[in-house]
Amino acid sequence: MAAVEDKAIPSEGPVKDRFGMTSKRAVGADERLASTGRLTQWLRRPEAGAAGGLIATIIIFALLPGASNLYSLQGSMTFLTLAAELGIIATAAALLIIAGEFDLSVGSMVGFAGVVIGLTVKYWGLPLWGGIACAFAVAILTGYVNGLIVVKTRLPSFIVTLASLYILRGLSIGITRAVTGRTQIPYILDGAPDPATAGLFNGHLLTGFFHWMGTQGWIATRTDGIPFVVGIPMSIVWWLGLTVLAGYVLTQTKYGNWIFATGGDLNAARNVGVPVDRVKIALFIYTACAATLLATIQVMEAGSADTTRGLLKEFEAIIAAVIGGVLLTGGYGTVYGVLFGALIFGLVQMGIFYTGIDTDWFKVFLGIVILMAVLVNNYIRLKALGRGGGK
Amino acid sequence: MTQAIQPAMELRGVSVNFGSVRALQDIDIKVYPGEVHCLLGDNGAGKSTLIKVLSGVHRPSKGEIFVDGKQVAFRSPRDAQDLGVATVFQDLGMISLMSITRNFFLGREPTKSSLPFSRIDKERANTIARQAMADIGIDVRDPTQAVGTLSGGERQSVAIARAVHFGAKVLILDEPTSALGVHQAAMVLKFIIEARMRGLAVIFISHNIHHAYPVGDTFTLLNRGRNRGTYAKSEISRDEVISIMSGGEDLKAVEAEIAGLLAQIGNRPSAAP
Repeated sequence: MAAVEDKAIPSEGPVKDRFGMTSKRAVGADERLASTGRLTQWLRRPEAGAAGGLIATIIIFALLPGASNLYSLQGSMTFLTLAAELGIIATAAALLIIAGEFDLSVGSMVGFAGVVIGLTVKYWGLPLWGGIACAFAVAILTGYVNGLIVVKTRLPSFIVTLASLYILRGLSIGITRAVTGRTQIPYILDGAPDPATAGLFNGHLLTGFFHWMGTQGWIATRTDGIPFVVGIPMSIVWWLGLTVLAGYVLTQTKYGNWIFATGGDLNAARNVGVPVDRVKIALFIYTACAATLLATIQVMEAGSADTTRGLLKEFEAIIAAVIGGVLLTGGYGTVYGVLFGALIFGLVQMGIFYTGIDTDWFKVFLGIVILMAVLVNNYIRLKALGRGGGK
Repeated sequence: MTQAIQPAMELRGVSVNFGSVRALQDIDIKVYPGEVHCLLGDNGAGKSTLIKVLSGVHRPSKGEIFVDGKQVAFRSPRDAQDLGVATVFQDLGMISLMSITRNFFLGREPTKSSLPFSRIDKERANTIARQAMADIGIDVRDPTQAVGTLSGGERQSVAIARAVHFGAKVLILDEPTSALGVHQAAMVLKFIIEARMRGLAVIFISHNIHHAYPVGDTFTLLNRGRNRGTYAKSEISRDEVISIMSGGEDLKAVEAEIAGLLAQIGNRPSAAP
């Protein structure tokens, strides 16, 4: 499986056995191995479909009116930010799906974590970092409870987390209205100014470089000389960082091996000693924490919390994962594909806006893309197993 | 056949009850290093339950298990493996979308350092997996290919190579040839002999006497959850094994019944061309 292994070891000819004899090739003789070209090998990677889809999407929008705005520095940053916000939770969702489970409570967790930050900072008087720490503590607990119920009851995680979806959303609205009388918590940052903490989530990277590019006249600036794009938003930095980290864990460490095995065949994995329950619980905690990271970024950017934040995000995360080549039945996928999936999502969302197409069509497009992605995934999986798919 | 004094694995008076169902009753088995011990029985004889007791999936309701003369109580298959009792289950415990190497080392991945998030040493893993397979006589060109691309016999051989490599002293094979064609079954039987030559105690569970008889040294016959006797190969013929397995008299009754049926069909006018 090319996606998981970096490279095949070079063939040194037939291996000698302990008697120093060349072992006979038992089955699958050389002449029966069809030679696979580089293109075929590349196409067998699970992220191939998403990469192709991304290239197609980029080209389509380049040909449509409004392309110059969409692909300008400002436009690019906008769709990259959208992709980043989705990508942060989609990467976590992808790992969980590879391990064979779903977390439908991700979107509600985004809303709930925002409310926790808002209430603890504004009404309990906690410092900003304290509020964020509370939100992550709540996330760890939520993820742990979700995971524990799933592994102990062996109920489908789809049902268990569907319950969490409603419970968390209900708690967000109920608690916020009880405390504040409204469903929004505005001006959170005003009472607790902490630019250093907030900057971790809503700041920008390389501001000096972008300013310098502005003074050189390479990028558009306002009349006062400050560029429209002041730097790379932290959300993008978090997204790329988490993707690389998740990719490393999944493909390079034993934990990644355990994740694939847990989703690939639970009993087989358990029998060889993989702690499948701990793998699942850890990943439920990760999805809840990813949702909380997204909530923190949104709260820091908007300065307010809203109980409806993150609505339907759980489905968008699953869609990005599936577009990215993650098999819904578990056991197969990459996080780099999810990166492409999130990019397609952000690009289409902004592209439809810039081209002036009625944004109502976005959902139609999304539905079609999901269907295509699943078909492509299925094909690639069969390819990986060396069956079907013609030559 | 070399018989060491101490059995590699021994069951004494093992019984397993599932509610009111007595799946196994008073089973005594001794398996010695360097022997292939065949557990034979028809469907429902208790083979599956026995294998689950041997491999650590079930704990016996009564009785004792000894490994190398020491009494043990397995809590999980991993427990049993750590004591050198490796089981290749009928479904093989292979994950078809993962590579040969990843399957081979699953749960025991070699890492480059002991840090928590250390990389898997893939080159070493690939080389070891390839060599371990070569040792039992299979040349795998590409250990990174998915297990799902292998044939049934090859998968079986990966599972056996894995068990042997990780220091199994007792190798339990659950119906290793039942799903295979003639050629592949022969290949797997070859691995069984190879494992025996290395001094492993092999427990070979089967209902196919034609696969078990040629490679077996000792035969334990199960019927309706009871041990119907353990015999050395020299003491028992293939036909006697079949007769005891099926309950002896039962088979004669079945034969008579079939003969009767055939006679009936033969008398029908429509059967004549």
